[in-house]
Amino acid sequence: MEILMSCIKAFIVGGLFCVIAQVLIDKTKLNPARILVSYVVAGVILGAVGVYKPLLDFAGGGAATPLTGFGYTISRGVKEAVDAEGLIGVLKGGITATAGGITAALFFGLLASLIFKSKPKR
Amino acid sequence: MAHKIIKPEMKIKILSSASVVGREEDRGPLGGSFDITDTKDDRFGMETWEKSESEMQRLALGCAMNKCGMSEDKIDAMLAGDLLNQCVGSNYGLSEYRIPYFGLYGACSTAAESIMLASIMCMSGHMRCAAVTSSHFCSAERQFRYPLEYGGQRAPTSQWTVTGSGAFILSSEDDSNIISGGEYVPCVTELLPGYVVDHGISDINNMGAAMAPAAADTLLRYFKEGHSPSEFDMIITGDLGREGSSILIDLLDAEGYDISAVHADCGKMIYNIDLEDKHAGGSGCGCSAVVMSAHILRNIKEGILSDVLFVGTGALMSPLTLNQGSTIPGIGHLVRIRGDKI
Amino acid sequence: MNTSEQTYKKYADARAVKSPILKNCIWAFCSGGFICTIGHLLKMLYMNFGISEDNSAMTASVSLVFIAILLTGIGVFDNIAKHTGAGTLVPITGFANAVASCAIDTKSEGYILGVGAKIFTVAGPVILYGISSGVIYGIIYYFLTRM
Repeated sequence: MEILMSCIKAFIVGGLFCVIAQVLIDKTKLNPARILVSYVVAGVILGAVGVYKPLLDFAGGGAATPLTGFGYTISRGVKEAVDAEGLIGVLKGGITATAGGITAALFFGLLASLIFKSKPKR
Repeated sequence: MAHKIIKPEMKIKILSSASVVGREEDRGPLGGSFDITDTKDDRFGMETWEKSESEMQRLALGCAMNKCGMSEDKIDAMLAGDLLNQCVGSNYGLSEYRIPYFGLYGACSTAAESIMLASIMCMSGHMRCAAVTSSHFCSAERQFRYPLEYGGQRAPTSQWTVTGSGAFILSSEDDSNIISGGEYVPCVTELLPGYVVDHGISDINNMGAAMAPAAADTLLRYFKEGHSPSEFDMIITGDLGREGSSILIDLLDAEGYDISAVHADCGKMIYNIDLEDKHAGGSGCGCSAVVMSAHILRNIKEGILSDVLFVGTGALMSPLTLNQGSTIPGIGHLVRIRGDKI
Repeated sequence: MNTSEQTYKKYADARAVKSPILKNCIWAFCSGGFICTIGHLLKMLYMNFGISEDNSAMTASVSLVFIAILLTGIGVFDNIAKHTGAGTLVPITGFANAVASCAIDTKSEGYILGVGAKIFTVAGPVILYGISSGVIYGIIYYFLTRM
């Protein structure tokens, strides 16, 4: 039961993040690359002002999976690194916290380019 | 004072034409009327999309030459273009032909532009010229939009680049020996080159709206020299699509010319745009080239159409200038084609 | 831009067929919610295996990245995404698709200047502005907490 509730919360919060982006795309002609960048930066800012953590606790994957979650991870990493190491942490925290995701995306991307060929759209 | 209509004094005959298309085009309403198709993967046996596009041009010109039995030495020049940077589709595709070559860029208007310039060359005397154009969905998508595998949504006003190449062989020679008696021969009788017209549209997903004012501008200049839309069996535009076509009709209507009864658009004809997820219709210089070759010229030869105004439309932008915030200039080149018995 | 251009632009924008925004939003909500729920369940699954919470979250993201890149490679992702729109774009799957599609598409220009350079076409801006805003936040945070 608890799992089901947490899944519903994840579904609704995650879905809402996507709906906001969809409205922005359809109404403002913002292109997808701009949406992705805005979402990451928004995640950093929301993490910095302390809003994102409670949302993450509430929605779990619903807040972690959208790209704002990626931004939040950067802000959390920076914060922890600054707490531990001072100013030098500013340079280390962001990439360290997101290293897994970035490395996976780039490496799998490279693998995909080795294996697959581009196909015409139908 | 606007520039006047160019009227060739001699007959400029379109001896033959050929069309090469991909799978999506062959599945459209005109499917079956094209000369060569690749129904497998649109690659035409090539490794890269750019090479596939070149191969289409090579095949198209070869097929058109076969149809009228002309060898390389009998053709005085070839004028060709495509949408790719530095015209590579034409440069590589036609490199095997030992015919003097001119590369053109007129965006999607290149089909009309090349036929126009070939006609003007033919006007200098006894000459034969080939006009070849192409576009390929995959190479255009890479250059102008996103990678093919990229997951994005298309706007309802966006257009689908046609995978296709058309070749035309024009002649001001006698050539009566190769024309079968009694058949209509499509002849270029009037030409009106367009001005570059920019009405401030900057949405790459609404190129119909960017090109329509240019087509309207050229048609208005043409009508103002004493013509009316009712003289023609058909006024066919290159690739205005659904959006641009109705804008064009509106714009001309506001000037007192009603073309709605005779207007057609290659971009709307090549796909079942409501069924096939093609949004506002086809675009690209292959679009008008293959529709003109496989459909319009065929109908002229068979006597179904006898007098057609062809306005090749083009959106003359690049991704670079769009990112710099520039708007999209359009152009419309007008070619009048009549079926004559020789 | 002169007045006639502005009038024309307004006219063209006003008559342009609009995106079916309600339909798009329903698709985006359902598909986006679905992907996030999968991410959520994967994280719980990995935590059940005894992986730490942080690493489970990362592994869940990496799993979604893997699935998205696989679907991109076999040519399915773009066919799904034309319906789901922002629903597949906003979750980490959109980032993964952007990386993989750029990589596959530029294979023909070689692995250094093709794949190597162009893989960052969309990923580059995202990483650049993500870590840069992180740096700005870090500096502000440092001085706020040490003052």
